[in-house]
Amino acid sequence: MTTDAMASPVSKSRKGLMSRALSGTVLPVIVVVLGIIAIWYVAAISMNSTFQRSLDARAEATPSTVEFVVSTLNQERPVLPSPHQVAENLWDTVFNKKITSKRSLVYHAGVTLAPTLLGFLMGTGLGILLATIIVHVLSMEKSLMPWIITSQTIPILAIAPMVILVLDAVGIRGLLPKALISMYLSFFPVTVGMVKGLRSPDKMHLDLLRTYNSSTWQTFWKLRWPSSLPYLFTSMKVAIAISLIGAIVGELPTGAVAGLGARLLSGSYYGQTVLIWSALLMAAFCAAMLVALVGLAENWMRRRMGEKAEAGS
Amino acid sequence: MNEPSLKEPDVSEKSVIQIDDLSLIFETNDGPVHALSDIDLSIAEGEFVSLIGPSGCGKTTLLRVIADLERATAGSITVNGVSPEQARLNRAYGYVFQAAALYPWRTIDRNIALPLEIMGLSKEEQNSRIAKNLDLVNLTGFEKKFPWQLSGGMQQRASIARALAVEPDLLLMDEPFGALDEIVRDHLNEQLLKLWEKTNKTVVFVTHSIPEAVFLSTKIVVMSPRPGRVHDVIDCNLPRERTLDVRETPQFLEIAHRVREGLRAGHSYDD
Ligand SMILES: Nc1ncnc2c1ncn2[C@@H]1O[C@H](COP(=O)(O)OP(=O)(O)OP(=O)(O)O)[C@@H](O)[C@H]1O
Ligand SMILES: [Mg+2]
Repeated sequence: MTTDAMASPVSKSRKGLMSRALSGTVLPVIVVVLGIIAIWYVAAISMNSTFQRSLDARAEATPSTVEFVVSTLNQERPVLPSPHQVAENLWDTVFNKKITSKRSLVYHAGVTLAPTLLGFLMGTGLGILLATIIVHVLSMEKSLMPWIITSQTIPILAIAPMVILVLDAVGIRGLLPKALISMYLSFFPVTVGMVKGLRSPDKMHLDLLRTYNSSTWQTFWKLRWPSSLPYLFTSMKVAIAISLIGAIVGELPTGAVAGLGARLLSGSYYGQTVLIWSALLMAAFCAAMLVALVGLAENWMRRRMGEKAEAGS
Repeated sequence: MNEPSLKEPDVSEKSVIQIDDLSLIFETNDGPVHALSDIDLSIAEGEFVSLIGPSGCGKTTLLRVIADLERATAGSITVNGVSPEQARLNRAYGYVFQAAALYPWRTIDRNIALPLEIMGLSKEEQNSRIAKNLDLVNLTGFEKKFPWQLSGGMQQRASIARALAVEPDLLLMDEPFGALDEIVRDHLNEQLLKLWEKTNKTVVFVTHSIPEAVFLSTKIVVMSPRPGRVHDVIDCNLPRERTLDVRETPQFLEIAHRVREGLRAGHSYDD
């Protein structure tokens, strides 16, 4: 009896840990990642096989199936590099190089992240400003909104070179032009989200302030702004991800020498597909981190605003 | 108001709210809704007036017209001798909504501070008013809680404290105790009566409860629906100082009976 009682809590907690891992997010994520890697390998074999066959024919070699598969996965310039090639390159360029070195992927990521963040901040500020104007000046919705929407229908790939080249001509290079392109993309979701957010307070909350004879400014700070924060964070998650895209696109036109965009460009220029893929994965990782960062800020804000803790946490 | 000991007789003569021939029609997508029709009502300073009537008869709408949250489509109304808009701009009244309408991101004390911040009161003044009014509605100790951590009745009490903190001479209350249990309701009825008696405030009070109306009021306005109109105005001259025991007296029961009759008659042409 006593041994039972003593043993049970331990086994219970162990069971709890295991079942938590199984039912939680860990297992599904692992399964999905393994699935993607498997599909990736199959795709790599089939996409690289044509080139491998012609290589073998030229060398007059007759490899066994296993040998053939192994060599499709380890070509120097594969159509689709295999996961372990990309992983190897990532490991090498992330951990084995000094981060100040031009061969370090961390260095290039940093070069792209700086304009991403600057552009994101400018875009968020611009978006909030525009939304505030639209919500408070009635005529602005009709006169501003069409322009804002039109701005987003022009492909960024068409605008980016113009911006970069024009600014380059007047001597503005480096961080700012890229940040401007990020801003151009990121202000839009913030504007749309904040117009909705600033209009989200319900009638009774507005009426209450009316009975206090509250000024427009007071109504903004005490009601509209706090009500809009959940909308702001949702749109900032979109905005920061497209800011990164803006910064990468901004690196393409001038043949920039540094940044993730530059890595993509030189990778495709020299047919170094492994390089392209590791830069792509790095960009995806950066985007995920940035979005997660905004998510953290959002949680902090929610807790400060007294929101109930999410169920389960 | 510096000599509360002596009530001058002419004080009660002064009209705080004067409504003549007032009508309000809501233009909605499926035609006009006659919410108020030919309302005549005069409320003098220091009166406690209850509006009672079936759901949808326009009690809230009438209160909102007084508060300048809704505009009458015909007739005239003055509050403190000026238009409702001017009265609102003067912050002449405190309004308690039918729902608590607390801001979810503010703790209870910050919610009560909201009007005080807007009025630009000093921090010390804010804090003393917060403490005083929280005590009045029995919520001391809950100042750092967020609204969702309080029951519905407690939230409503917080919203009453918020309206009282403004210290208005005119209180407009839309079913403030509707969500409360009987005991708390009795307690707050007594508190409100004491407050009214002490401060000579004018109160316009919407309720569904006949005993509550008779217990609190100097005047009961019975309204009838479709279109909302004043069916009867019943004077209710119970002694100014009263306790809950007054509800057992014949005088009380007689007035309650008259209110009930009025409500019935208002209903009758409904079916
Ligand atoms: N903003 C509005 N637009 C259109 N109709 C409205 C509006 N507000 C109220 N009404 C209508 O006016 C009438 C009176 O409504 P009101 O809210 O004043 O009733 P009430 O007496 O307060 O009812 P309750 O006791 O249920 O609170 C109702 O028929 C309602 O549908
Ligand atoms: Mg109502």
